[in-house]
Amino acid sequence: MPEETILETRDLVKEFAGFVAVNGVSLRVARGSIHALIGPNGAGKTTVFNLLTRFLPATRGAILFNGEDVTHARPADVARRGIVRSFQMSAVFPALTALENVRIALQRPLGTSFHFWRSERTLQALDARAVELLAAVGLEADRDTVAVELPYGRKRALELATTLALDPELLLLDEPTQGMGHEDVGRVVALIRHVAAGRTVLLVEHNLSVVQDLARRVTVLARGAVLAEGSYDEVSRDPAVLEAYIGAPA
Amino acid sequence: MSAPALRRLAWAAMVLLGLAAPYLVYPVFAMNVLCLALFASAFNLLLGYAGLLSFGHAAFLGAAAYVTGITLRTWGLPTELGVLAGTAVATLLGLVFGALAIRRSGIYFAMITLGFAQLVYFLVVQLPWTGGEDGLQGIPRGKALGLLALDGPVTTYYFVYVAFLAGFWLIQRAIHSPFGHVLRAIRENEPRALSLGYDVAHYKLLAFVLSAALSGLAGSLKAVVLQFASLSDVHWHRSGEVVLMTLLGGMGTVLGPSVGALLVVTLENYLADVGSWVTVITGAVFVACVLAFRRGIVGEVRALVRRSFIGGKP
Repeated sequence: MPEETILETRDLVKEFAGFVAVNGVSLRVARGSIHALIGPNGAGKTTVFNLLTRFLPATRGAILFNGEDVTHARPADVARRGIVRSFQMSAVFPALTALENVRIALQRPLGTSFHFWRSERTLQALDARAVELLAAVGLEADRDTVAVELPYGRKRALELATTLALDPELLLLDEPTQGMGHEDVGRVVALIRHVAAGRTVLLVEHNLSVVQDLARRVTVLARGAVLAEGSYDEVSRDPAVLEAYIGAPA
Repeated sequence: MSAPALRRLAWAAMVLLGLAAPYLVYPVFAMNVLCLALFASAFNLLLGYAGLLSFGHAAFLGAAAYVTGITLRTWGLPTELGVLAGTAVATLLGLVFGALAIRRSGIYFAMITLGFAQLVYFLVVQLPWTGGEDGLQGIPRGKALGLLALDGPVTTYYFVYVAFLAGFWLIQRAIHSPFGHVLRAIRENEPRALSLGYDVAHYKLLAFVLSAALSGLAGSLKAVVLQFASLSDVHWHRSGEVVLMTLLGGMGTVLGPSVGALLVVTLENYLADVGSWVTVITGAVFVACVLAFRRGIVGEVRALVRRSFIGGKP
């Protein structure tokens, strides 16, 4: 039985003034899986993320989420439909506390985010859930710490907790272990596995052991196009992939 | 002492000081301070909390002053209607200018707002019913709510003071509201706020409109207080002055802009004798403040208080 597809792209193309960053990428991400997007620097991985979340408009091609065309949706709308991304550099709100960071994400469904006449105390109803989410990533002791003061690994954990607050169907993680020490990487891998339960994760990652550990399916991009796709073992033996990574003809 | 207790103390001090002000200083001077304090606080809502530097806020202050002047002098409407009309026009202007300006950020945003403000300035100079170079003179203060004749300076002061408190309360409430939290998130990290599903443009626009509306209220009150509306209220100097007040007092602090306004108006008033040197002195004070304490007066005091009393980080 074929797996249900949550996200599909058809011949996605992004051109920047004569330079083709993404060239005819067709992806299928199966619901409930962890799918990794790998490739050498400049392969177009982050650009694909920006296209999927509509941070950049696609030049051509289509994006389907749950069978619906989201190629022309607005970025905030894409997020509300359930595609939530993280960023390559940690994306927290630096001057807010850890609790406030998570609460920003929880706040939107209340429908009072434009209510400038209402007291902020109405947000305290969200504190319990925010603390739960912080605890899920091991940050319960840091709830009142201003985000800018958290060490790097904890910032990434906070970012993940904020993302999870939206309960997204599809999580796009852009290099979640970038710039991390060995111990932090292990923590984040465990965390991703934990949060992937019951949802779909599309992951851009340079650390191949993380990819091997986590991803059921791997798509290799090179120069904006899909070079290979399959399980980690399959693609890691693919001569074209080896050439793209190491530069040696197989 | 806890932070909210300190905040309440600061509030109480401010309210009491405001009540006593017309017996301590010349009432018209106090009213002028109140109007500009409200103007700077409204400006700070945009700069300090939404992170948007407008260089055209004189348009809202000035347009409202003229509209209030015309409704009171030419049409003879009651005072509060004149004030409401001025505020309403500033709100509308804010909606139009804001909708176009928020498409850009940083210096481009500032330049678009400046461009619009120059447009308003040009209109005020050219239109037949604004008095051109002379401005609108002899605006009647009329009666508040049809009962209270605003002929004495002290009565007028309390009318302005109540309006100021209402506007000021609304600003600080907006800062500490669910909306204010989203605004701060957008200021801190706009792409992240977008990725959490917030249409950032809508939030920025609301902040812009609120700021314009309250700047308008300040302008309307100013026209009632001084009984004239002049070109200097729509001039870009005014837009620069409000940046100065906000930075002096402390951008992103609730009380800072009012302190900044008090300082600037005091300097201008009491140094009036030295003539054009007043500009030089204000400029020097500004440079010294920005170099010595970048957080502004209230920002520095707050940092000091946090360090010494609460033990938290500044």
